[in-house]
Amino acid sequence: MTKKMPETPLLDQLESGPWPSFVSGLKRLAESDKNGPYMKSLLGQLEHSYDTRKGYWKGGTAGVVGYGAGVIPRFSEVAEEYPESSEFHTIRIMPPAGMHYDTDTLRKFCDIWEEYGSGLICLHGQSGDILFQGCTTDNIQPAFDELNKLGFDMGGAGADVRTSMSCVGAARCEQSCYDEGRALREVINANLDDLHRPSLPYKMKFKFSGCANDCANATHRSDFAIVGTWRDDIQVDQDAFKTYIAERGRKEINDQVINMCPTRALSINDDDTLDIDNKSCVRCMHCINVLTKALSPGKDRGASIIIGGKRSLKIGDLMGSMIVPFMKLETDEDFEKLVELSQEVIEFFAENALEHERTGEMIERIGLAAFLEGIGIEADLNMINHPRTSSYVRLDGWDEEVEKWNARKAAKAVEAAE
Amino acid sequence: MNAPQPPRMPDETGVPDAMDFMHPALKANYGNWKWHDRPRPGVLHHVANNGDEVWTVKAGTQRQMDVATIRKLCKIADEFSDGHVRFTARNNIEFMMTDEALVDKLIAVLDAEGFPVGGTGNSISMVSHTQGWLHCDIPGTDASGVAKSLMDHFHSEFIKEEMPNRVKITSSCCQINCGGQGDIAINIQHTKPPVIDHDLVAKQCERPAVIARCPVAAIRPALVDGRPSLEIDEKKCICCGACFPPCPPMQINDPVHSKIAIWVGGKHSSTRTKPTFHKLVAAGLPNNAPRWPEVAEVVNKILAAYKEDGRPWERMGEWIDRIGWPRFFEMTELPFTKYHLDDWRGGRSSLNTSAQVRF
Repeated sequence: MTKKMPETPLLDQLESGPWPSFVSGLKRLAESDKNGPYMKSLLGQLEHSYDTRKGYWKGGTAGVVGYGAGVIPRFSEVAEEYPESSEFHTIRIMPPAGMHYDTDTLRKFCDIWEEYGSGLICLHGQSGDILFQGCTTDNIQPAFDELNKLGFDMGGAGADVRTSMSCVGAARCEQSCYDEGRALREVINANLDDLHRPSLPYKMKFKFSGCANDCANATHRSDFAIVGTWRDDIQVDQDAFKTYIAERGRKEINDQVINMCPTRALSINDDDTLDIDNKSCVRCMHCINVLTKALSPGKDRGASIIIGGKRSLKIGDLMGSMIVPFMKLETDEDFEKLVELSQEVIEFFAENALEHERTGEMIERIGLAAFLEGIGIEADLNMINHPRTSSYVRLDGWDEEVEKWNARKAAKAVEAAE
Repeated sequence: MNAPQPPRMPDETGVPDAMDFMHPALKANYGNWKWHDRPRPGVLHHVANNGDEVWTVKAGTQRQMDVATIRKLCKIADEFSDGHVRFTARNNIEFMMTDEALVDKLIAVLDAEGFPVGGTGNSISMVSHTQGWLHCDIPGTDASGVAKSLMDHFHSEFIKEEMPNRVKITSSCCQINCGGQGDIAINIQHTKPPVIDHDLVAKQCERPAVIARCPVAAIRPALVDGRPSLEIDEKKCICCGACFPPCPPMQINDPVHSKIAIWVGGKHSSTRTKPTFHKLVAAGLPNNAPRWPEVAEVVNKILAAYKEDGRPWERMGEWIDRIGWPRFFEMTELPFTKYHLDDWRGGRSSLNTSAQVRF
């Protein structure tokens, strides 16, 4: 006997309105030949959640041969009422950086997931994975095998390096300060063992944004953020700037650009050209965002590394903090240095973090100076808002540290002279 | 006798090369773009150093998509964008085209198929959300349903660019807050300590790990009816739910007492101001599936005030920084209570340690 569609009076209310409805999609699957019984059962359980205002999934163990993570097992706690969807696992798959697809690939995803899974695909999860949602334990391996043969690999889950994300970057943005796609791929693919076989204290996320607009939300949402920036002067097309003034008026440019500069680095000259105090500029991107035809980042581009962002569990929210103010990302050697730094930080995290402690929490516990020493980076003025305000500190190593500072300064002067 | 088939080992290929999937015009001009503008809401226009031009049409999706929806989007992409698309961090789909004449035609098709075109510039983009009742093992509410309800509500602000600056809304179905920081964040906030099923604790939970997980050290080992279990100091408990994932018998979710709180002023970018965390403004809202009307009402008030009073380019938090919190609470008519005073570590930095007052 064919399984009947469940009554879903609450979910039905999410089918009206102008936004695309996920409920209509679930119903289409529930009415299909291939995924019908499975998704009818799933719809029934979801309606039960809406009715009782509780979730009914529990974790467990499920995975694929060769990897220790990447499948999110879900077993129903109300399987007696909804037996067909008692196993509803997710397979996390890593997308290409920038989430570009051709339709041939997307259609193959659909075919595979219609065959082995529920037919429900989430593009994308909060960490950036393609989420193939809804699969029985027995079908995990064949589904993954097909996706893997297509050239796609498992994403991260649990205490490991997680799937990464980047902004659209150099593919379609003039504000991109480095090759985000290459950096993502090189860093993540150099750390695949730590991504596929969880053995870290807790999760470790990398995110890649091409400029301070941080479209990948890297500063807060990753342990290791790579954010594009530049060292030389903002590039200005003065004729284009004058055109903006002519079209929009001085008041609008003053109100919306000059006066919104966070370090008061901008002013309009008497001849309606733009004056920029590049020494005071903090590369925040605002003026460049507004005047896209007149301004662009400098030519000496690269990235900052910001470490330690995370959400509330356990000690409260942390923004990442500046660790490397600038590194070039152009040559093969530059990218190798980035990969080496990523491995240095992962290694230090693995050895020094407590169980279930994120990188930012570890730094908070041991102090930034200890972390810097551990990864071999010297203290830099761009790491702070201001120097310490507390006098409760032992300073008996002061003279030695001053000598190191002077030596570094002298070495830099020699380097600059060469 | 046949030897047993060895299992297939994975090809550990990692992240695939984006170049293999990218629209040809993006690939050809990779790293060589000169400027962009927005000819209309939902459309981006990028110009390369060599003069090449690309128009991008952005449309909202339901994120959790059935294969029929994805195939429909593929058909549209084959017809208009050379068989290539990309997705954004906020689950919008983007179609890239080199022929400007196709832009209006594509928008008409997307409109007809029910994919709203918008989400660019100073609009309200898609709510970034989590898994909720559909798939999470610890959800206090649904996520897709909240996002759908809110986006129905704010559809007209998604397809226009009429806010002071972009508005990023997030929703999260527990206090771990996978949805992230937002100009407005809509998050579950539990209000009662977990109810412990003592029959299951010893079987399901690694007790020292659960005790270690508590941010306020409110959990201790206990013998209950002669069985090893856990007990909670209910005066210390902050009802965060952190013990629930490692120990499902610490049931935190409650159909009545798991409420919804609203936070404002979170910002990820370093643009103008440094990134900021969102701040609590409203709490105690009912988890009223399937449409959460009480949540929409509060979010509406906040957005109306911001839309009316925010200056161009001010994000929600920057607007409040200018007008001050007294004015924000006055304009939104939200109650201000002792629960708005931060007593967590570092909370003192949120106090006004000056003689500056606003009236």
